[in-house]
This record gives sequence, C-alpha cells and structure tokens, in this order.
Amino acid sequence: MTERLDRAPPKISPLYDPRYRAIAYQVALCLVLGFLAYSAIENMASNLARASIATGLAFWNHTAGFDISQTLIPYAPDVSTYGRAFWVGLLNTLLVTVLGIVFSTILGFFIGIARLSSNVLIARLAAAYVELIRNIPLLLQLLFWYNAVLKALPGVRGSLGVPGGGFVNNRGLFLPRPEIAGADAIAIAFLAGVAAALVFLWLRGRLTRAVSGVTAFVVTALLVLIPPVVAFVASGATVAFDYPQMGRFNIRGGIEILPEFVALLTGLVFYTASFIAEAVRAGLAAVAKGQTEAAYALGLRRGATLRLIVIPQAMRVIIPPLTNQYLNLTKNSTLAVAIGYPDLVQIFAGTVLNNTGQAVEVIVITMAVYLTISLATSLLMNWYNARTALVER
Amino acid sequence: MPQETRPNGTVIAYVRTAPPAPVAPPMAGLGPLRWIRDNLFSSVSNGVLTVLVIALIAWVIPPLIKFLVIDAVWSGTDREACLATPARPEVGACWAFVREWFSFFIYGPYPVAQRWRVDVFFGLLAFGIGWLLWLDAPRRDLGALFFFVVLPIVSVALLRGFPPLGLPVVETASWGGLLVTLVVAAVGIVVSLPIGILLALGRRSDMPAVRLISVLFIEFVRGVPLITVLFMASVMLPLFVPPAWSPDKLARALVGIALFSSAYMAEVVRAGLQSIAKGQYEAADALGLGYWTSLRFVILPQALKVTIPNIVNSAIALFKDTTLVFIVGIFDFLRTIEIARGDPRWATPVTSATGYVFAALVYFVICHSMSRYASGVERRLGAGDRR
Repeated sequence: MTERLDRAPPKISPLYDPRYRAIAYQVALCLVLGFLAYSAIENMASNLARASIATGLAFWNHTAGFDISQTLIPYAPDVSTYGRAFWVGLLNTLLVTVLGIVFSTILGFFIGIARLSSNVLIARLAAAYVELIRNIPLLLQLLFWYNAVLKALPGVRGSLGVPGGGFVNNRGLFLPRPEIAGADAIAIAFLAGVAAALVFLWLRGRLTRAVSGVTAFVVTALLVLIPPVVAFVASGATVAFDYPQMGRFNIRGGIEILPEFVALLTGLVFYTASFIAEAVRAGLAAVAKGQTEAAYALGLRRGATLRLIVIPQAMRVIIPPLTNQYLNLTKNSTLAVAIGYPDLVQIFAGTVLNNTGQAVEVIVITMAVYLTISLATSLLMNWYNARTALVER
Repeated sequence: MPQETRPNGTVIAYVRTAPPAPVAPPMAGLGPLRWIRDNLFSSVSNGVLTVLVIALIAWVIPPLIKFLVIDAVWSGTDREACLATPARPEVGACWAFVREWFSFFIYGPYPVAQRWRVDVFFGLLAFGIGWLLWLDAPRRDLGALFFFVVLPIVSVALLRGFPPLGLPVVETASWGGLLVTLVVAAVGIVVSLPIGILLALGRRSDMPAVRLISVLFIEFVRGVPLITVLFMASVMLPLFVPPAWSPDKLARALVGIALFSSAYMAEVVRAGLQSIAKGQYEAADALGLGYWTSLRFVILPQALKVTIPNIVNSAIALFKDTTLVFIVGIFDFLRTIEIARGDPRWATPVTSATGYVFAALVYFVICHSMSRYASGVERRLGAGDRR
C-alpha cells in the first residue's frame, strides 16, 4: 500500500489534462468570437463607407427639423437638436411608464385579491379576466384600443362631454387645466415637506422605535401636507380652471391628452395588471395557512390579520415578480411605435434613425437606455432581497 | 338528579340515563340554495359585491353576444352587407369580411397553386409538436430528432422551394399570415432551445471566460426590449455581413427572435438545472461519465422534464411576441388583419372590431391551450410530490 502512495502520480499527456483542456476551449471560444466581432466591424466600416453614411455622435447637435406631437419640455422643430428630441422621447417613455406602473399596480392588486375571494363569482370573474388578457398579445390589444375604440369615437363636432367640463373625441381627451396661483411656491413647499418627512422617518428608524406606527404615519402625512397648504393659502388660495372650448374645427385650451397616449396607457395597464394579479395571488397563497389560523387563534380580526401577518410575509414573495413586471411594462412601452405615440423608440430609433441613417449609434444608444433602467432596477432588487431575506437561525 | 355509587364508594353526580335527542344533520351539501348562501351571500358586503358583479356581467355579456352572434352578418360579398340600413339599424360583427379574407389570413400572398405545401407544413408541424408534447408517446427521442433536425430542413425545402423535386421557389416576401406567425414561433423554439441549453450550461460552467460570455449575452438581451433587438437585426445585421450575404427581411427578423428567445430559454433551463440535486452530478462523476455523457444520460433528461411547463410558458410568451415582427414590416398574422381592415371594399364601422376579435380569438385559442397543457404537465409532474 505504502509503495503505491510513494509512487509519483502517473504522467498524463497535457492533451487529456482537464485544466489545459479548459484553457484551450476558452482560448478557442474567445478567438472565434473575436474573429466574428472583427469581421463584423470590418464589414460595417466598408458598408458604411460605400453608402457614405457618417459615423460618430456629431448628429446629436444637429437640428432635428421634425415635429413631435407630445412634448413635456420645450421643443421647436426648426431649432431643437436631435439630442433634444432624444430627451423628449425619453420623458414621454418615462411618463407612460410611471403612470402605467401606478395604475397597473392598483388594478393588479385588486384583481389578485379578488381571485382569492371567498365569493366564488368574484374569484371566477377575476380568473377569467386574467386568462383572457394574458393570452392575447399586447400589440393586438393596443391596436384594438387605438383603432377600434378610440378612433371609432365621434369627431370634433360630436365630441362627448366628460363630467367636470372636458371633451373626448377621436382626436383625444381634453380636460380642464387647473391654474393655481403660486404653483411654483407650492411645488417647492411640497418638496420641502417630503424632504422633512424623509428626515423624520430616517431619524425614527435610526434613533428609536418609540414612536408608534400610527403616530409616525400621522406625523409624516402632516409634514408632507402642511407646507403646500400653507403656500397655497399664502399665495391667495385661488384656483382657476382653463376649460377646453369647442371651436369650429378643433378644441382649444385645457389639457390635451393624445389618443395614442390613452390607448397605450390603457393597453399597458390592463395587460400588466393581469400579470401583477398572478404575482399577488401566488404571493398571498404562499403564506402558510397556519399563519392566518394562528392569528385568528390569537384573536386578531380579519383586517388586522391581513395587515400584520399575511401581507408582510406575502410581500417578500410578491416584490421580485412585481419588479419584473414593472421592467416588462417599461420594455413593452416600446410598442408605442405601432400606434404612433412619440416614445423613445418611435422618436429616436424611428424618426431620428431614418433622418440620419446612423443605425449603429442610434440603436446602441436606445438599447443602452433600456439596459441602464433594467440593470439599475436589478441592483435595487438585489439590495431589497438581501434586506428582506429570511434570516434563519 | 340521578346519582350512581361506584363499588369503591365514589359518588358520580350525573349519569345520562336516556339517550340524547338526535342533533340535526350538518347543513353541508343541502342543495344549491345552501351553496349560494355560503359562497355568494356569506355576509352583507359579500352579498352587495355579488349583486354588483351580476350587474356588471349583465351589462357586458348580453351586448357582447348580441354583437358577436345575434346581430352579426355571416355572409356577403362586400361592405354593403355590413352597413346599417333602416331595416336593420344595428349591425354586429361582420363575419362575412373574415370569410372573404380567411385564406389571406392563413397564407398571406402565398401563390394559390402552391398552398398545399403550406398545408403539408402545418400538418408536419402539428405532428412534430404532438409527438414531443405527448409525454407517453413512443420513441420521443426520435420525435425530438424529427422536430429539431428533420422538420426545419424539410420545411425550408417545402416552403421556400426545391426546384430539383419540382417545387418552384416562393420568395419569403410572398409568405404571410398565420404561416409566418407559425414559422417565426417554430424557428424561435427550434433555435432557442439548443442555444438556451448551451447558454445555461455556460452560465454554470467552471470556465470563467465561458461563464462571462454567457452572462453578458443573457443579461444584455433580457435587459432590452424585443423591438430594439428586432430593429438591430433588421438595420444592423445587414451592415455586419458582406453585401452579397445580406439576409432577406424575414431571415433578419428570425435572427432577432431567435437571439431574444435564446436568452429567455437559457434562464428557464438554468432553473431546471438548479433543481437537480447535487448528488446526481456527483453520482454521474463517480460512475466515470464525462461531462457530455453525464449531461446526456443523467442531468438533462431530469432537468428538461421538470422544465417542460416553463418551456411551454416561454413558448406562449414567444408566440405572443411574434406579433412584434409586424413592426419591422413582416406579413405576420396580425399584419394581414391590419391590411384587410384597411380594404376600402369592406370599410364599415364594424370591420376593425371584427378583425381584432377574430385575431384575438385565434391567439387566445392557441395560447390558452398551451397554458392548459403546461398546467396539466405541472400537475402530473407534481403528483409524486403530493403523496
């Protein structure tokens, strides 16, 4: 036995040594990919030269020269640059994404809870909603809302009234625009209030938990609400509404909301809500039944059980798929291009690409934007998961 | 009070001497009324909700049925049939429009004389899918070979054309309708499953370069919207290859779809690989099996089996995503609906709605049956765990 151990390990040819083999495989893979990348770049350079397409980011500062139907920041077609158009598109994307997230979360939680209702009718209706919406492509739903619902509305002459003094027709939704005296001061006061509330919450978490949850909630609400109210009263407390007026050919005044925006938001909200409902249902179902029973046995009421026992545990399961759905909504908002809502893809990867012909730069920038959003969200999620993960003893 | 004295002297205070009166039977299962009370009107708020839901259903369903069936127009040759007349003020869905355009929805502009080839393709595809998805089918390994190797080659020859066998060439520009939708979805699955498995293995590999490349690819593709991938495939791909090799429009979209679905498939397969107990890997190593042999005979058969429901679910997502090729100018099923919808011969107020309802029905039937299949397999696979 000892003799064998003393013997030197058998010599293997490096050809059969797993370590050398692994290195060889990786070098080969890198060489193949490197060659592909090299030839792609080589071909691209010659193809671009042949089509005499400029390269580089100089186009960013060139005058855009096309109009955009919805701009949240000032934009003039004959003055503003392609760079400005990019920001307009990005803001439009963010607008529809943020509103979409808010509404689909509300609708999704509502439907998800309805699916677990003890009322069979409600549970079945919610299940039918989820099954129907999830199994129809989003693009088809968007086209349906846009072409079959909104475009089928009457024209300007036959505008339908909206309660509160607005109109809806096939050119969009027209709502009264509130004109509040001292709007800037109120906004600043509101931000100051939010900052104060955040400091308060941070101090509470940092120093002592002596302040009860209810008191903390009331204090936070007051901190956020009081400064804008004070600013509002101080600046005269007047609210005037700019009502949309029916003109001969169009509607003037008020806030104009594009039908493309309404269709996109509606489609995204209904579609995403069905997925959020599934996440919520799965999360609530994942909380062991014994937890609810134990809470009842301790004498907690149904509401308190949900609030204190079930939801905190379910949120741990719900949050990751929920974030995923938020990301999906952000990515799905690019379908705006099919119905002509001026989002980032429609403006930048559509019009700007066609005008400049600089496909590589434009596509890379567009992808980088979405990639940044996705990666930032993933980092945030990992941080959240690490914080809320069950610490098992 | 009756008393009883035990032999040892203790006195028991109470002993029942007569049988108790029978208790009423439990109310469970006392017919539909009891069920309705328990499930729909268990409390006041529940009752109010029930009434509201019934009102909602009564508000939505009858007009829907009226539009889709009762007022619908079933036959006709042009828009006249679907216009409201004084004699018939309410017009429902214009199914006559769908009937006239039906073959366009299925085949697109594919030459009429050659459409039997598309039918054969549909048949082969259905056969391949059935073989793979029927878990008790004989020789499923041959089924996989058929679906992933034989079917793609035969389909290209069949659809694109193979002059030596007397099949004239049909350019992809004249493919369309459901044919293109199914081709895109099938290519997505056939390509993404093998590449997805390789990427998933790469992501779990011990070789750092392989792992890095896999992670970069997967996270990059999953981080961007499909439209940008399709745009990239349709405008950047032609730049990356010599002009002579420039792929046609459909091929570019297929490359985009295949890349996109591979990244998602990789994550699905990775979840399956992670669900395999470590002992299985170690046992395969202990038996002296090499990397590929142990994958082939030990790991993948188990991992893929538990992954089937998720693979089908991502096939559903892929099938819905195929509609996006419409945006880069491919004649898929949805695009044919859009084209038919704009036909002035059928321009009526109900044409768009009818077209979309028909499209929704087709997508719903296909996606819903896939999802029913997936949940069925899941139940069956879970049967062992439930004991």
